[in-house]
Amino acid sequence: MTPGTTTAACAALLRRDLLLAWRRRGDIAMPVLYAVIVTTLFPFALGPEPALLARIAGGVVFVTVVLAILLSLDNLFRGDIEDGSMELLMLAPQPLALLVGTKILAHWITSSVPLIVVAPVLASMLKLPVPAVPVLVVVLLLSTPLLCLLGAVLVALTAGSRRSGMLLALMLLPLCVPVVIFAAGAVAAAQEGLPWIAPVAWLGAGLVLTLVLAPLASAAALRIAMDT
Amino acid sequence: MGRTIVGMTAAALIPPLLEARALCFLRQDEAVFGPVDFALHAGEIALVEGDNGSGKTTLMRVLTGMLRPGDGEVLLDGQPFSLDTVAGAVVFLGHQLGLKLDLSPRENLRFAAGLYGLRAGADADAALREVGLAGYEEEPARRLSAGQKKRVALARLLLLPARVWLLDEPYANLDREGIALVNRLLEQHAARHGAALVTSHGAVTFAGGAPRLIRLHA
Repeated sequence: MTPGTTTAACAALLRRDLLLAWRRRGDIAMPVLYAVIVTTLFPFALGPEPALLARIAGGVVFVTVVLAILLSLDNLFRGDIEDGSMELLMLAPQPLALLVGTKILAHWITSSVPLIVVAPVLASMLKLPVPAVPVLVVVLLLSTPLLCLLGAVLVALTAGSRRSGMLLALMLLPLCVPVVIFAAGAVAAAQEGLPWIAPVAWLGAGLVLTLVLAPLASAAALRIAMDT
Repeated sequence: MGRTIVGMTAAALIPPLLEARALCFLRQDEAVFGPVDFALHAGEIALVEGDNGSGKTTLMRVLTGMLRPGDGEVLLDGQPFSLDTVAGAVVFLGHQLGLKLDLSPRENLRFAAGLYGLRAGADADAALREVGLAGYEEEPARRLSAGQKKRVALARLLLLPARVWLLDEPYANLDREGIALVNRLLEQHAARHGAALVTSHGAVTFAGGAPRLIRLHA
């Protein structure tokens, strides 16, 4: 691979972000630990009644995953802005949107993939019926990148302000709602033996749309954030 | 008469590498600097001089395209310049060095080279040797001193193919030997037909005589 080509640049950025995440493995474990703790507490709070747990399992696991992702989003661009790496990315010959997209991909791999791996375990802990577990995984595979992409736009928009965590959560809430409705709807339908393709297709359509638009919007927002 | 015209067209054919025309920057309708006019040709090094707060760093950031100028324009190779057209021709070294502290100097340089490409004949380890960091290739950047981190960032300049260097306070944190190193790198860069704009408080000396001065007034 010749250095400086678009592929090489994206590969170098992906490699760097994954390497950085690996050097700080404790930070990757945080969202997973959070999800495990929250789902473990539910049966203690609600009582160990299998029918009740099975009914709420899909929703609980999904909401927990959403919140875990929300927790990790804040750091998406912060490190790069603080140490000057963002300037390096902006002046690079490649389109910023492509580099930002690569950063979001790296973030998805480090923050969401571990959550998707533990989600079936968490769901079985809450007695989610076995036939619904694959649907839960499919839903998570579609909705977690969607949430990372939506979150990236908002993180980029709030990148200029110092205390952006609260603002970010507030802005992401309305964007999360449709994702949660379709995702939890698909799992609930699968649980009751109803067709679940339609909500999953909606999630897929949303993912395709944000995949195209979110990196462009994030890049534009980052430029505005750096223009101060 | 004819000779003058020939001479003029020849000069017009080679545009300056970096040119600023009536460039100024406004913050809340108040001029931070400028209007500034200068032209930097290939092989030229210019020193931006001004007191603290006179807008040296702001000028640098406007020249990179990260800040939008209030008025006037920046031309790169005779073309109007923006972040979309910059294409790696400019490299900026500011107060924040753009180094990842969890990565080694070699990994940091490899990443930069992956983004910008490599200067012909350059490689990361040779660049680190050149700035006096042989033996520190694998050390996490976190464990390096401030001056050594600066040297890693200087090695990055050597590695990348960018023709225009914008160096904001490159002498900060460096010892006497490091200052000589910066001057040597700048001379080499000029000899390779690159151009550099440097801001500094201290006096800068080159073998090739005093650099051009661009003055900013607060």
